[in-house]
Amino acid sequence: MLKDITLGQYFPGDTIVHRLDPRSKLILVVLYIAALFQAAGWLSYLAVTAATALCMALSRIRPKNIFKGLRPMLFIIALTALLNLFYTGGHEIVPGWRMTWEGLEKSVQMILRIVLLITGTFLLTYTTSPIALTDGLEMLLSPLKKLRVPVHEMTIMMSMALRFIPTLIEETDKIMSAQKARGADFETGRLTERAKALLPILVPLFVSAFRRADELAVAMESRCYHGGEGRTRMKVLRFAARDWAALALGALFLAGMIVLKRFGL
Amino acid sequence: MSEIRVENLRHVYSAGTPFEKTAIEDVSLTIPQGQFVGIIGHTGSGKSTFIQHLNALLQPSSGKVFVGGKDVNESKYTRRDVKWQVGIVFQYPEYQLFEETVYRDIAFGPRNMKLSEEEIDARVREAAKFAQVDEELFERSPLELSGGQKRRIAIAGVIALRPGVLILDEPTAGLDPAGCRQILDNLCEYHRRSGSTVIIVSHNMDDIARIAERIIAFDHGRVAMDGTPEEIFSEPERLEAMGLDVPRATSLAMALRDAGVPLRGSIYTHDQLLGAVLRAKEAAGC
Repeated sequence: MLKDITLGQYFPGDTIVHRLDPRSKLILVVLYIAALFQAAGWLSYLAVTAATALCMALSRIRPKNIFKGLRPMLFIIALTALLNLFYTGGHEIVPGWRMTWEGLEKSVQMILRIVLLITGTFLLTYTTSPIALTDGLEMLLSPLKKLRVPVHEMTIMMSMALRFIPTLIEETDKIMSAQKARGADFETGRLTERAKALLPILVPLFVSAFRRADELAVAMESRCYHGGEGRTRMKVLRFAARDWAALALGALFLAGMIVLKRFGL
Repeated sequence: MSEIRVENLRHVYSAGTPFEKTAIEDVSLTIPQGQFVGIIGHTGSGKSTFIQHLNALLQPSSGKVFVGGKDVNESKYTRRDVKWQVGIVFQYPEYQLFEETVYRDIAFGPRNMKLSEEEIDARVREAAKFAQVDEELFERSPLELSGGQKRRIAIAGVIALRPGVLILDEPTAGLDPAGCRQILDNLCEYHRRSGSTVIIVSHNMDDIARIAERIIAFDHGRVAMDGTPEEIFSEPERLEAMGLDVPRATSLAMALRDAGVPLRGSIYTHDQLLGAVLRAKEAAGC
């Protein structure tokens, strides 16, 4: 059943990582990625891995959930590792084969880099609700409003899209049941037949999406929504001491990584 | 013949996950061919889950469903064939219309049955007549018609399968009183003329009381009450405990009796109430 698909990767919790302001988490992720790309030697990789593990432990996100998210990336990770293994010049492991010791080292580091990159961003989405995330994003990007970038409109579109994913899934489910009851067959037949069989789902789905969009617009207008201008919020984001501390730690971490890179560690 | 027999039906959603929920628990019942059945129950009582088992849209977690003596979940072929025997009209069926013309939308089901063009044409016209869809509308787009018209077209789309059992989930929800009455009258007419079993799921006790010959009440996934309207509506306390109303005529009769008006007999339709009041008036000699 479509209903069983889990969307929205937010795992509610009440840890220090969950409580951090979404803005500081967004900045921290950027700092984290910058730091990760400074890593050149084993010591720096060790440092990033340790930092990631610490954040995971603090947020109480189970490693199982991270691995689940990594699964779709396995192919890319494997391909990167293989390419690095064979196409790095240096001392051959087995004479006559193109695998080199340098290549082995590099591919292990590459795997680490990709896994850490994904893990870091997962920690953000796993510990921050989509609404908080878009709010944080809007406030961080608000300087762009001076350049007439429609930041508020973009972020409200994003949160509406997120809001309606489960609704549309439910709707698709209902329409599929109804068409199946009239003998529609989605599972057998050649590719062209199957594509054609989707029509009885897609047409009603689009019709209802337009209808919902219309209704949503009316509902928003009747509650006096008029864009971001002068709009106040129920939940005001406020930086707390822990946010400043976390940001300071993040900046220090990046600085440390740059120093390590200097020494090639 | 399309007798429905359900044995120890049980359905669990999302089994084996933290979201596991038992929607139906040990339901057994028989619905003979040609009965007009009303199914009532609070939101989440399992009635929608139940009806989706009758044409194998959902497979039971345990238990069996027989239609016309055959186990519908025996194979993938029986699961498909039962869809021609048991037609379901879902809630707000007008949102499932998709074809360019009304005619083609009604013909969608028969076409999936791989019938000949003449047979399809005959069925579309017959179904349109039953559901009171004017043939003048055949070449119009279903999306530009009114809500009541759309709903009748959607019902015609299922009647065109010529199912032995027609099931409708809240067929009058969201319609104006005239539209409601028309659809219910059509259904009564259809039931009388075709001899099919008709099962209606509804929250509206007035409708159910007026048209159903048997009422099944679901509560927390089980059959809580099963009987004639007279039997069901003679126990208003039990219905209220399940979060259900009694027909307006019944509650008015109860109020009148409490006020000392001697009304006799069971009362659950407007006509019965009117008759009882007139008799009481005569007996009082005024």
